[in-house]
Amino acid sequence: MFNFLLPSRIYLLIEKTLKFINSVFFPILLIGLTFALVISPPDYIQGDSVRIMYLHVPSAWIGLACFASMAFLSILNFIFKTKNFFLINKSLAPIGLLFTCLAIITGSLWGKPTWGAFWVWDARLTSMMVLMFFYFFLILSFKFIKDQDKLVKVSSLITILGSINLPIIKFSVDWWTTLHQPASISLGKSSKIDPSMLYPLILMLLVFLLFSALIFLMKYKTEIIRIKKKRIKSL
Amino acid sequence: MLTKKVKKRILFLVSIVFLTAVSIFFIFKVLNDNLLYFKTPSEIKKDENLDFQRAIRIGGMVKQNSLSATSKEIKFIITDMKNEIIVSYSGAIPNLFAEGKGVVAEGKLKDRNYFIAEKILAKHDENYMPPELKKNVK
Repeated sequence: MFNFLLPSRIYLLIEKTLKFINSVFFPILLIGLTFALVISPPDYIQGDSVRIMYLHVPSAWIGLACFASMAFLSILNFIFKTKNFFLINKSLAPIGLLFTCLAIITGSLWGKPTWGAFWVWDARLTSMMVLMFFYFFLILSFKFIKDQDKLVKVSSLITILGSINLPIIKFSVDWWTTLHQPASISLGKSSKIDPSMLYPLILMLLVFLLFSALIFLMKYKTEIIRIKKKRIKSL
Repeated sequence: MLTKKVKKRILFLVSIVFLTAVSIFFIFKVLNDNLLYFKTPSEIKKDENLDFQRAIRIGGMVKQNSLSATSKEIKFIITDMKNEIIVSYSGAIPNLFAEGKGVVAEGKLKDRNYFIAEKILAKHDENYMPPELKKNVK
């Protein structure tokens, strides 16, 4: 089972993918930023501060998506004891933390001119902060628990229990009254964002995804090298 | 394919996630009032044990043509299309504060229909569009 993901087989593929992403990342980044910062129109009420959305929304999505995939892999790892899922999680966690923090920071920069406050304790913002703490504890456990078997168990449990927070974040704006606005884009409904702003947003999402893939593959490569080094030493 | 050990681990995982989810659900049920960032005018109207000493937040829409400003204070009406509350406030207002837009006011109730705000936050809705389009919609 899952043989196709074995570190030794996938190593060459990682190298190739890294090279490809490296070659296309900067052109796409430039195009994305041009559309988001220059070509796209200002909002009818927020003016130019709407441009923060192009960073804020993809960051939040990736922060959530990272945790969701980590939770999925943790469940498989916990049940079937597939070691390299743990390596994937270890490589995904820093990306998730980075983008969750970025979403919170850009959100508060947007909140000051729009709402009139950097931070409020409403359900969406608070649950997002809880997600940040989960990432934080996860990374701390990677750093400080030395016993490998224990580490896999502890980090999987943190991730699986933390994933209960994900639907809370998503539906916080519907279940309770919040200062944060409800979702503008949802599956099966027409978007509340005008197409002239929606396409730059999708482009920026692509840029952020490519960046995440870049960091992830580099980190995963390092983890594989680290394991191989350990095996060589133990021979 | 599933050995005894694997089944045991699945059972352990399902039960621990289920227990945590249920306990979180009940904690939220108890805390429900505190999780609401603001109350709507209708909720204030229905609420039987209102505390006039405690600072609360109310939110809704600034009613069209209800905004009036003197040199000392501004007055407006917060509405949720069913009930209304008059709000008086003196201080700086956020840029996006306008008639017909969402607002959250923090302060104390004087009576059921009159609210003295100490802080005002503008609530942005989920619509994004360029200014030219907005003119066409009007």
